[in-house]
Amino acid sequence: MQFVLAFVVGGLLCVAGQLWMDLTRSSVTPAHILVGFVAGGAVLSALGLYQPLVDFAGAGATIPLSGFGHSLAQGAIAAVRQKGLLGAFAGGLEANAVGVAAAVVFGYVAAVLFNPRG
Amino acid sequence: MDGNGEQQARENRQEEYRLLVESIKPKHNLLQNCVNAFLVGGAICLIGQLFLIFYSGQGLGEKEAAAATAGTMVFIGALLTGMGVYDKIGKFAGAGSIVPITGFANSIVAPAMEYKREGFVFGVGAKMFTVAGPVLVYGTLISCIIGIIYFLLQ
Repeated sequence: MQFVLAFVVGGLLCVAGQLWMDLTRSSVTPAHILVGFVAGGAVLSALGLYQPLVDFAGAGATIPLSGFGHSLAQGAIAAVRQKGLLGAFAGGLEANAVGVAAAVVFGYVAAVLFNPRG
Repeated sequence: MDGNGEQQARENRQEEYRLLVESIKPKHNLLQNCVNAFLVGGAICLIGQLFLIFYSGQGLGEKEAAAATAGTMVFIGALLTGMGVYDKIGKFAGAGSIVPITGFANSIVAPAMEYKREGFVFGVGAKMFTVAGPVLVYGTLISCIIGIIYFLLQ
């Protein structure tokens, strides 16, 4: 059941991105989609609307980039509770340090090792 | 009578031509695009769920398991992009390969690989952030704003 929910919710979030690409002006690029999903996920999370989706769908809600936004927002809120104003600046990146470092390290290694084809 | 026949023939030719064009030009079928995005995006999240359950089973907490899953998916996305497989998936899947975190990894590796000949600083180092840069800028900005608002409302 967990797998079905992850598949369906993750798939639907991707459909939302596809509709955004297909139904709006053609200048919408993958960069706009990714920025939009992170921002949207963070705002929904701050309003308390994203955690229920994570509880419901697991990776179906955390793997789409809106889950990155959710993690940023929750990191900032949790850190403010502990450290006050300093936490507002530290929390988001602290909570996502693994993902960001993994993206830089694996991204760098893959770009250096492989060459584009065709 | 003759004129009518000629007109009829011309209309037939135009109809044939229209059908030919229809059959050749690429179809921007909204429904098909959405189905493809759903299937591929869903499948990527399902693989993520496998890792999430695996890492949870290894005794990691909820947050650590999610972070390890994100890192693993980034690794897979970067590897498949390097091998040239991810772009093939992307042609079929559209947003289904962009929205998941593997698409974020793809957006880092693809331009960095492409501009490698411009050197390791301005080529690889800078181009890695063509798309990831804006994502990190707005993500950090919004998380700080949310933190500050939460601090003021406390």
